[in-house]
Amino acid sequence: MESPEAARLSAEDISPSSNGPKAEPMLLDDDPDDLFAEATEEVSLDSPERQPILSDGPSPVITPVTPVMISSRADVFDRSPDQDEDEEENRDTFDIQISVSDPEKVGKDVCDSLSLCLQTSLSIFSRDEVCVKRRFSDFLGLHSKLASKYMHMGYIVPPAPEKSIVGMTKVKVGKEDLSSVEFVEKRRSALERYLLRTVKHPALLKDPDVLQFLESSELPRAVSTQALSGAGILRMVNKAADAVNKMTIKMNESDAWFEEKQQQFENLDVQLRKLHASVESLVCHRKELSVNTASFAKSAAMLGNSEDHTALSRALSQLAEVEEKIDQLHQDQACADFYLISELLGDYVRLITAVKGVFDQRMKTWAKCQDAQVMLQRKREAEAKLQHANKPDKLQQAKDEIREWEGKVQQGERDFEQISKNIRREVGRFEKDRVKDFRVVIIKYLESLVHTQQQMIKYWEAFLPEAKAIA
Amino acid sequence: MTSISEDSDKEKVRSVSVDLNNDASLVIDIPDALCERDKVKFTVHTKTTLSSFQKPEFSVPRQHEEFIWLHDTIVETEEYAGLIIPPAPPKPDFEGPREKMHKLGEGESSMTKEEYAKMKQELEAEYLAVFKKTVQVHEVFLQRLSSHPIFRKDRNFQIFLEYDQDLSVRRKNAKEMFGGFFKNMVKSADEVLISGVKEVDEFFEQEKTFLLDYSSKIKDASAKAEKMTRSHKNVADDYNHISGALNSTAADNNTAFKKTISVCVLQKLEDRVASDQELKLTELLRYYTRDIQAAKDLLYRRARALADNENSNKALDKARLKGKDIAQAEENQKQCLQKFDKLSESGKKELTSFKARRVVAFRKNLIEMTELEIKHAKNSVSLLQGSIEILNSN
Repeated sequence: MESPEAARLSAEDISPSSNGPKAEPMLLDDDPDDLFAEATEEVSLDSPERQPILSDGPSPVITPVTPVMISSRADVFDRSPDQDEDEEENRDTFDIQISVSDPEKVGKDVCDSLSLCLQTSLSIFSRDEVCVKRRFSDFLGLHSKLASKYMHMGYIVPPAPEKSIVGMTKVKVGKEDLSSVEFVEKRRSALERYLLRTVKHPALLKDPDVLQFLESSELPRAVSTQALSGAGILRMVNKAADAVNKMTIKMNESDAWFEEKQQQFENLDVQLRKLHASVESLVCHRKELSVNTASFAKSAAMLGNSEDHTALSRALSQLAEVEEKIDQLHQDQACADFYLISELLGDYVRLITAVKGVFDQRMKTWAKCQDAQVMLQRKREAEAKLQHANKPDKLQQAKDEIREWEGKVQQGERDFEQISKNIRREVGRFEKDRVKDFRVVIIKYLESLVHTQQQMIKYWEAFLPEAKAIA
Repeated sequence: MTSISEDSDKEKVRSVSVDLNNDASLVIDIPDALCERDKVKFTVHTKTTLSSFQKPEFSVPRQHEEFIWLHDTIVETEEYAGLIIPPAPPKPDFEGPREKMHKLGEGESSMTKEEYAKMKQELEAEYLAVFKKTVQVHEVFLQRLSSHPIFRKDRNFQIFLEYDQDLSVRRKNAKEMFGGFFKNMVKSADEVLISGVKEVDEFFEQEKTFLLDYSSKIKDASAKAEKMTRSHKNVADDYNHISGALNSTAADNNTAFKKTISVCVLQKLEDRVASDQELKLTELLRYYTRDIQAAKDLLYRRARALADNENSNKALDKARLKGKDIAQAEENQKQCLQKFDKLSESGKKELTSFKARRVVAFRKNLIEMTELEIKHAKNSVSLLQGSIEILNSN
């Protein structure tokens, strides 16, 4: 169904790094007249900086697999909308459980090696239950592979957790080792959420890299950890996006849906960041409240000791105990505030950056298509000129080049259509997931609040008779 | 300008001291107050059947300084040395809400209209709460005086209640301020004195030990309670911001968000209420910190009288030895002894009733606070569970 040329081009597109570290321009030839060569340098994801990030060296794993990937993905593309719906519904009865646990210290990194356990009844996995050990850099490596494979096609690839989670603990709680315990838990929980999001994506779930990551006991060691940081990738994507904006080519948006959606995501980004900041402040204040409650409890106990009226003294001591318990409640609630709401918001802020990146990819694809058209036009003009020049071999070459560029234009248009289609689907899926995600989390959070309040009732009801017993 | 008038929740608010205003022969309250910038004008309303007053019912406007004047004159009255003098009401302090109001004004541009309006409303509520508190504290001071058999007869007290012109209590000049400073220094010398003086009476020995220790503990507890309350308020404020932020996100049609907004509002209210309860606790502790200090002052005065007594004994012995001024020394000694005995007797009575008063107040306050905590937690639970049900059924 695809012309051999197109297939070749697709292969190039999909695995730009398959030939190792070499600066490979994506679509444009090494045409000395190519005015866009420099622009390509900026815009192309294959800039020398990025090469080491994407490339896994001569990795046997990727190259042979790639041709297979094209066809299976082609399947996905050619599916009718109805089949997509079916797939969505099946995903609701999604049977896969992933847990990330047993963080271990390796070298300086407190949480570097983790156990990853998978439980599933899905057939694409070879076993029902698998447990493997992974390093943090492996997670980052997985994400960079997925990003390089799928992002330029308009797939929203879930971003990996940041390497250094900049702590927002404005309050130094002063309890031993809390910050490193917290750091470990933050990272562990973030990695778990990352994997769950990744496998929820229907295309990513089938990706051999993902499957290998989840199942195989040994992974090829990932290159240079620093380069692999999720933040590094995002920065590259953002830079690419900025570069696109810098270009004077203004995209003629023919599709209002995209314009609308982009604006929506811009707004959502701003709102989520604001919300996230408020929730972080809440977490901080609740921790403060817990500290102050504990300190009051101690003070009340001392007051109770000092009180010479027996019943009042006892009541005050009981009050101190109640306040201590309430302090614990506050601490637990702060945890819930954080792990449920705050981290969710943080995840979505990063996800939206990925979504915006995908829109930018589309713009890039459009620009490429435009460039190809301009090129074609030029080749045609060149050919027209050669018609009168009587240089038959050059003429033939010109005609060949025209055909080549016609092919590229066609491919460019197809790519653009494809990425637009993909994005529409991805955005639809993303929004559905977002609503579900938030609903689930909010329910959990409300339940945590209910639990806290019910405990409070218990404690105060136990204290009331003590207060009444003061005589 | 803010004013409050006859409030039903004045009943709830007046819980720090109990058993006041039980005697219908002299009933005092502050039904009204006006706040003009820095100054608060209290309307002191008296209803009485006592013949020492000119009218059976009357009101006068009074400012904070005039309350302080009354307190100081009572303290300085020699006759009352053996009594626990009700602590002076603290100066009305609107600094907190005023500062917040100022910050709010500065940050107005950075928040939405609804958020600003909400925060403004909250601040106004806070302002009102501080206002109510200060009225209550001034009222309780007067009621302590009116319910005490000796203080109620005090001439200055009557003037305070009745005299409808300005008492023209001028601000303390430098000399008086310095005198006040000196008085405080003497006070700390008193601390040393009463811990050093040889106590013969076991009752007072026990009281001394107890009061010294308790006073520092209750001061500490009061400060910690205040900090805790402030944190609780911060949490409530955060929920306010969150619900504001959610409001703007809810424009995406998501009922989940809308529910969360209502929950956040609820949670904020609950937190607010919870902190109001704690405020009760804080107020109780603060008040009794001051009251304990007043009890300690009584002990100081008695200790001083004891020291004077001992000195007069020594002076008498010396006089007898020298054979000069014996009569004078005897007279002095007799007076000192009388004073000391009187102080001891009334002091004992006062301290005993003080303890009873304190225990009753603590009991009442702790019970009320606990009951309110329970009530509001139950409210929270039912509202939260309602929201969860709605979200689940969607």
